[in-house]
Amino acid sequence: MDIFGCDVLVVGGGGAGLRAAIAVAETFPGLSVTVISKVYPMRSHTVSAEGGAAAAIKPADSRDAHAYDTISGGDWLCDQDAVEAFVQEAPAEMLQLEHWGCPWSREPDGQIAVRPFGGMKNQRTWFAADKTGFHMLHTLFQTSLKYDGIRRHDECFVTKLLSDDGRCQGVVAIELATGKIQAITAKAVILCTGGCGKIFPFTTNANIKNGDGMALAYRAGAALKDMEFVQYHPTGLPFTGILITEATRAEGGWLLNKDGYRYLQDYDLGTPQPQPVLRSMELGPRDRLSQAFVKEQEKGRTLKGPYGDYVHLDIRHLGNQVIDTKLPFVRELCAKYVGLDPVKEMIPVRPVVHYMMGGIHTDINGATPMPGLYAAGEAACVSINGANRLGSNSLTECLVFGARSGKAAAAFASGQRAPNPSVLAQAHDEARRLEEQFLRKTGGTERIATLRLAMQETMEQSAGIYRDASALQHSAVKLQQLQERSRDLALEDRSYTFNTELTAALELAYMLDLAQVIVASALHRQESRGSHQRTDYPERDDLHFLAHSLAVRAENGLPRIEHSPVTITRWPPGERVYGR
Amino acid sequence: MPPTVRLEVSRYRPEQEDKPAFQTYEVPFRDDWVVLDALNHVKDQMDGSLSFRWSCRMGVCGSCGMMVNGRPKLTCAAFLSEHLPGPIRVEPLNYFPIIRDLIVDITDFLEKLKKVRPWIVRDQVLPLEKGEYRQTPEQLDVYRQFSQCINCMLCYAACPVVGLEPEFVGPAAIALAQRYNLDSRDDGAKQRLKILSDHAGIWGCTFVGECTQVCPKHVDPAGAIQQYKLAGAVDMLKSFLMPWGTR
Repeated sequence: MDIFGCDVLVVGGGGAGLRAAIAVAETFPGLSVTVISKVYPMRSHTVSAEGGAAAAIKPADSRDAHAYDTISGGDWLCDQDAVEAFVQEAPAEMLQLEHWGCPWSREPDGQIAVRPFGGMKNQRTWFAADKTGFHMLHTLFQTSLKYDGIRRHDECFVTKLLSDDGRCQGVVAIELATGKIQAITAKAVILCTGGCGKIFPFTTNANIKNGDGMALAYRAGAALKDMEFVQYHPTGLPFTGILITEATRAEGGWLLNKDGYRYLQDYDLGTPQPQPVLRSMELGPRDRLSQAFVKEQEKGRTLKGPYGDYVHLDIRHLGNQVIDTKLPFVRELCAKYVGLDPVKEMIPVRPVVHYMMGGIHTDINGATPMPGLYAAGEAACVSINGANRLGSNSLTECLVFGARSGKAAAAFASGQRAPNPSVLAQAHDEARRLEEQFLRKTGGTERIATLRLAMQETMEQSAGIYRDASALQHSAVKLQQLQERSRDLALEDRSYTFNTELTAALELAYMLDLAQVIVASALHRQESRGSHQRTDYPERDDLHFLAHSLAVRAENGLPRIEHSPVTITRWPPGERVYGR
Repeated sequence: MPPTVRLEVSRYRPEQEDKPAFQTYEVPFRDDWVVLDALNHVKDQMDGSLSFRWSCRMGVCGSCGMMVNGRPKLTCAAFLSEHLPGPIRVEPLNYFPIIRDLIVDITDFLEKLKKVRPWIVRDQVLPLEKGEYRQTPEQLDVYRQFSQCINCMLCYAACPVVGLEPEFVGPAAIALAQRYNLDSRDDGAKQRLKILSDHAGIWGCTFVGECTQVCPKHVDPAGAIQQYKLAGAVDMLKSFLMPWGTR
């Protein structure tokens, strides 16, 4: 076993993780910071984000307006102190990225350009054409290279958090290239591992999005907050699940049913106008648009395809010029993966699992209740997203709360004693567990892919856009069976060199834990709010459920659901109004 | 359409084999499948021990580059239907050390990338309170294409010089250096030129142009190298003609 030590350890090298690491290096240059990631940082899923990142900078806009859009978009489940900090710090964070070289799209005079986005009343979404996440990630990664204080453990897979005296003190990881076990002790750990869309069969999420950090925190005793809130993005390509950015609608694209009718007008989202109208129709929030698809499907007004029902996204009227300058990636993706040109043809789309509003329960500084453990980005739930995240808030969240958690973790680490050597014994135990349960495991009959598919199917059937108690209860039973079957995996790969069967098995175990948490949280919340729609409880119930759900791992290994209050500062709960 | 297609996949497990050898898998043919889907079918249904990298499956993370029938390709964008009737040969990227199966070691690239200082270098830093550096769409267009590099390594696998000259910085890193040189916000071109001239940086390139041919993002590293050589030559000339200083 290889033993390393550092002051601050960042798990995950995407937008939040790299921003956190740079914040440590800049604010506490004397501290050592290590970024550990199961992929090279520039492969992180931030790379796939397309449309943009929100921050109010234009004279016609205001931070309060950004806050109100975010809070109403989140169906009043956001913590408003966190949202206020978020909208306040967003502009400086975005400017910082500009100073680091992010190639933001510009106005003719050289100022930052902004575009409209779903659920936003003003134009405030910064963009780098339609490859915003890609450019942000590469800017952060390349900038991170100039800090000699930032060390990296690339392609190292974390399997366990080390803790002693209730304090998080590092991780155990597998160096993939060699199979060597690493024990990395740290005074503070920041989990920035992103979401877990791969729990579902049809998702925009990359193969690496298995909720590693969420599961690690949960197993270490931390709470997972609001995990029932799963965002379906309304416009994914059938079969591949490739995202067609909301920016298509921001630029003026229409959603049409099989009759060529802009069906959103039937779902209290406004009346159709030829030009895009903010907070209306196609620029409504994602939860409402995905729900409208299901209603339209029930009325038999969607189209039938080999990969399920779909509707049309029509951007033909935007013309060649707008599509090529503002949506070039959409054109590239359509040409490559659907064989069509959106300048001339309509794009088939359907709702697709995209984002977890829930995550590791943190405060406004990214701190979890466990001393030394922090989280930021999609892995965390602060919560600024409440019951439904607005498009273009997540990239900014990675920056604002990545930086905040980096600074807070560094401040904590500088006042801490060295990690307790006793945690190394835990690391040895973990190395033994990996050997016995995976690498040297014999017998077994189950295939990883079979169990993964069964998990994904039951999640789609029970925890999709609409839910009810009976489907969720059935799913809870099914998931418990899958947990048991997962102990009987047949593993063929005995190699220590880049053993991706081992990582797939570990990822399946993470996802099964989180699937149980999602289902238990969804069962518990007997109301409909934002992305969580219960057909058996169709109304929002502020009296009983204006509260965060907190899932904690009980003795029996199953999630126990508790509550915590929502922080309301200046925006009392009200009706979500779009298009009127 | 054939019901199946044959994959010939290069296998190498250092604990088991001395050198790579091909293993054959007969996989279902589907019109909308890419080579990566076929590899995943093998891994999920036939042989869990096959190792390869992949993530986004939409051509932007840069993980899944491999040789497909001898050409460097992103396997998430290489359709089976483009390679009929088969067999389809899948091998690790050329010129890189093989870690296992289809996985190559790219640490050398990461070191070279850092060497070219791929970040904004400023003589004077504007405080954040002063807002953004102005950059017109035309100024953005000057470097935009070089900023599209996804670090997929296809250009290295296509470049014969990379195979012969390990010190050569290589197409992607040079393109990224040029991305910053051409950025109106950057003052670091001189530093980078010095680095690239010192390290067998650019002069190794023999203008085969394969890098630009295989780039899935149309970055044109060959163009970057050509621009660089010109800048380097001018700079050298200046130092001969104006030994008192070239500014």
